[in-house]
Amino acid sequence: MEFIIKFAQTHETFRVAEIESLAVVEKLDLKIIEYDADSPVCVVQLPSVEDAKRLIKRSILAQSIHELWGQGLTLDELHESVKKNTPHLWPQYKMACFKFDMDAYRGAHTSKGRLAIINTFSYLPFEGPISLSKPNEVFTVFEQWKHNSVPLGIEFPDKIWMGRFLANSARDLVLKYDLKKRDYISTTSMDSELALITANISLAAPGKMFYDPFAGTGSFPIACAHFGAMTWGSDIDGRSMRGDGAKKSLYGNFEQYGLRAGFGDVFTSDMTNSPMRRVPMWDGIVADPPYGVREGLRVLGLKDPEKTPWLIEAGIKKGKDPDYVPPKKPYSFLAMLDDILVFASETLVENGRVSFWMPTANDEDQEIPMPTHPCLETVSVCVQAFYKWSRRLITYRRIPNREVSQAALEAYAARQKVVNTGTSADDLNPFRNGYFKGFKTDE
Amino acid sequence: MKVLTLNFLTCAVKACKSSPASHPLHPKDAELVQDELEVNPDMIVNVLPRLDWTALRTTSSELGFPPLPDQPPTAEELEADDKKLKDLHHLLLETSISEGKLVCGNCGHEYAVKEGIANFLLPSHLV
Repeated sequence: MEFIIKFAQTHETFRVAEIESLAVVEKLDLKIIEYDADSPVCVVQLPSVEDAKRLIKRSILAQSIHELWGQGLTLDELHESVKKNTPHLWPQYKMACFKFDMDAYRGAHTSKGRLAIINTFSYLPFEGPISLSKPNEVFTVFEQWKHNSVPLGIEFPDKIWMGRFLANSARDLVLKYDLKKRDYISTTSMDSELALITANISLAAPGKMFYDPFAGTGSFPIACAHFGAMTWGSDIDGRSMRGDGAKKSLYGNFEQYGLRAGFGDVFTSDMTNSPMRRVPMWDGIVADPPYGVREGLRVLGLKDPEKTPWLIEAGIKKGKDPDYVPPKKPYSFLAMLDDILVFASETLVENGRVSFWMPTANDEDQEIPMPTHPCLETVSVCVQAFYKWSRRLITYRRIPNREVSQAALEAYAARQKVVNTGTSADDLNPFRNGYFKGFKTDE
Repeated sequence: MKVLTLNFLTCAVKACKSSPASHPLHPKDAELVQDELEVNPDMIVNVLPRLDWTALRTTSSELGFPPLPDQPPTAEELEADDKKLKDLHHLLLETSISEGKLVCGNCGHEYAVKEGIANFLLPSHLV
């Protein structure tokens, strides 16, 4: 069967990645028939109406799903297609309480014009009452117009579809988890829409265990917990998770949303010196690593041990003191990405996913390459573009060990490790450096 | 820090990772809290094969719980026996250390737990 997914016209590069991930979560046989980043209408194939409802119920970027009744480049073609494909469905809706709706993307109709189009469907033998407020069945005509169609005086849309409404998505969660209404946030909390999408793409689901190594105020753990996963988090800065305690803390956020059961634990630790055992345990790892612009990228250690021997002494003497704050040094963002992939390859279960955000300059010469690992296969790369830079949500799948190429593993082990070239934040982090220079190319 | 979490953690010092003595970390002067949570059977069954059962037995006896059997229960046993499931749920997810220390059995380093949050940061000579 074919269905219309009506997408929100935003975060376009995330839409297919999200819907395909949801098909994996729900174990559905999904085939995308027609998709265009420039259009909110997507046509997919699924085995049944029930499957269509299941596919959409967690989606953030879809708005609704509809049973496809017909399509065409013109209204006449649409009618032909409806008459050819759906007569066997008509008797079911003979006495149903129904209404027709119009959804014109980048186009507009007067109310008379809308009514005229709706009336062209009068050949459908629907004899039930029409109700605009409480219909049992809603039939929607979707139109896609050219950009700027109204000022250009374009008379007809490029394409038309008609479908029977089946179900809404979970897009209202974006408001429920809106950061403005959250008790405890910081400057780098991930907005609710992108956090929920990240949780969907990384396949968070009931019974699964998720980990965020840069938990901060807990945006990702909360999103994953909403979808039923139990979530753990850590951060090198314990204060970000503790907050002011009670409501104003990471755990307080879990309580605010009634997600206590989805809270595993949080602890203070550094990704490069993690206490985590290296055995497969996580179903998913989600991360928004600090890239040194709003939040400095630091790990445990001394920036210049030879110049500051007293700091080593202090560590030896006071290291066990509960109020001792260990020294930290700037670290390379690329080395951190590498560390995350190695960690993920060691701690993800088979087919578990790791999703993380990384920024890059839009200018090709300054683009930061995507890190790779022989045990991890790229699932999707989604891009949120800003003016001169963008950030990408990159998702990998842990390949089962028997499928990992031994040759690639050996080559990886022998590779040139990303080394810390320099000690200052600018030297270590090409993105930060470019950001503060406005991504200008050197003269 | 939940007992389940303790089962996933070892000493943060790299040199200790290869030593069997570094896992599990040993609670010291631990204050325990019990937090009632709804039982999540899927979660318990899913986590079962990922547990280090020997380490869990050690932790459970160190925290004063009755001894656990030598072998972990199977998923079928847990599904059939509600009490077994609830007991395991209680130990793994409802019991946590709110204050105290976690000690590495290999190097002796102590990690403080405050308000349920353990601190695994290391002084520079151990990095």
